[in-house]
Amino acid sequence: MEYIFSLEFIYLIASVTYILGLKMLGHPETARKGNLIAAAGMTLAIIGTIFLYQGEVASIIYILIGVAILIGTIIGWMVAKKVGMTKMPELVSLFNGMGGASAALIGLIEFHHYIGDQLSILTIIAGMIIGSISFSGSMIAWAKLNGTMNKPIRLPKYNILNNVFLIGILGFGAFMVFSGSESSLFLYLLFFAALAYGILFVLPIGGADMPVVISLLNSFTGLAAAFGGFLYGNMVMLTGGILVGSAGTILTLAMCKAMNRPLSNVIFGAFGEGSAAATGSVGKTGGSVKEASASDVAILMNYSNKVIIVPGYGLAVAQAQHIIHELEQLLESKGIDVKYAIHPVAGRMPGHMNVLLAETNVDYDKLVEMEDVNPEFKSTDVVFVVGANDVVNPAAHNDPSSPIYGMPILDVENAKHIIINKRSMKPGYAGIENELFYNQKTSMLFGDAKKALTELVAELKNM
Amino acid sequence: MTEFIDFISNNLQMIYIVILMIFVGVEIIGHVPAVLHTPLMSGANAIHGVVIIGAILVMLGAEPDNILALSLGFVAVLLGTLNVVGGFVVTDRMLEMFKKKK
Repeated sequence: MEYIFSLEFIYLIASVTYILGLKMLGHPETARKGNLIAAAGMTLAIIGTIFLYQGEVASIIYILIGVAILIGTIIGWMVAKKVGMTKMPELVSLFNGMGGASAALIGLIEFHHYIGDQLSILTIIAGMIIGSISFSGSMIAWAKLNGTMNKPIRLPKYNILNNVFLIGILGFGAFMVFSGSESSLFLYLLFFAALAYGILFVLPIGGADMPVVISLLNSFTGLAAAFGGFLYGNMVMLTGGILVGSAGTILTLAMCKAMNRPLSNVIFGAFGEGSAAATGSVGKTGGSVKEASASDVAILMNYSNKVIIVPGYGLAVAQAQHIIHELEQLLESKGIDVKYAIHPVAGRMPGHMNVLLAETNVDYDKLVEMEDVNPEFKSTDVVFVVGANDVVNPAAHNDPSSPIYGMPILDVENAKHIIINKRSMKPGYAGIENELFYNQKTSMLFGDAKKALTELVAELKNM
Repeated sequence: MTEFIDFISNNLQMIYIVILMIFVGVEIIGHVPAVLHTPLMSGANAIHGVVIIGAILVMLGAEPDNILALSLGFVAVLLGTLNVVGGFVVTDRMLEMFKKKK
């Protein structure tokens, strides 16, 4: 009877909630409940760990734990509640880094308690290295998404340099494990080297690929947690960690697939080298650009039967998701068929656009995914591209030298008219010129998305 | 070689769990629509916050006079809590948006 209420049983329940939670997160109807179930399991595991601990513990330690949890809860809760929807991706990265740091600190503390036990030292060192890489890497990813650091920084021969550095770290880690070293100096050296590697690992990767990187680091942190579980023989850490490690890896691959690029290409780049070539081709694509005013666009839309809106990150940055919903309703009231074409990687993360538009009550059925919407462009009168660029770049189809060649795109070229709203002629996030802007059928509506759309809605209302 | 066999037989239960969990993780993700990639990643992010259990165990096992271990442990618990609480709340906020569909 006593065994039923033991910690092991609580851990078993918690492990099941993680599996159920992740499973339910994969379906739109059950996703929210899944998240709550996993959260409940986590709470149970934490409470159980504190109160069912076998052994003498000074009360000051309980107080310290309580204070740490309280502070963490308040800060975490407030930050997560306050942050704007456009900032979600970098927040995920930030929280991921916190988990990694936590795992690394555990390694730093426990190292001296397990000296002489080779297997434990191995798990400690491995957990610490992975946790540190995940922490510093996530911080860089956060800075990049934040816009603080938006240019990829590359040291000469960075791929070779990084790999040599990584092998060095692993070699040194192995040395510490097998030599039975007790040196704190070595331990901290390894810790800082792993931190440095995390920075070097993420720095050369372009901002557009950060979602993939975050997903990858996410599974790293899972692995680090699992090593902790191995160390303590703690089942809930082991199941949770391995689960996230493996699910995160599959998710990373799924994201890469949506962009039609192998993971190695994301990590070791080719993307950056391409952009230099792409800037060179500006002259080639350069031609005359047609500019349209808000009233031109309003007239065009007013007399069409079918309009497809292609939203991109520019829409999110300008906070124009509400006004675009208003435009959609206005057009619908005039009997015009309106849909949104959602590219799998529109925005900064897969699914980012859906989250944003759902926030403004856009009907779920109006968001059409790429495969389903592409055949429809032929019968479309007006395609309205708002703040999107790379996902409609025809170079992905017809320019083998382009860094995005082979990426599936929205075939907006097939529509009768293309209206592109952009702030300027500056190339998109990937830094690649877009020949679509020079297409005969294209008109450019320059200006901030929110301002341009407000004008457009006003013009349409007057018609 | 005997060490290796010893290792396997001593940790058989954990090795079972690792292998089975890898398959569970792969199966669970299977065919998730791209729409849900971001919330799913965020949810998984919250779950690896389970590392906080390790941080709590460090604290519980530390001697009350070991200031270094206690302060590092304190930070570890705090960061772990941020990961857990922030992770779940952000995920919930993302998913809240989806619920409004007709």
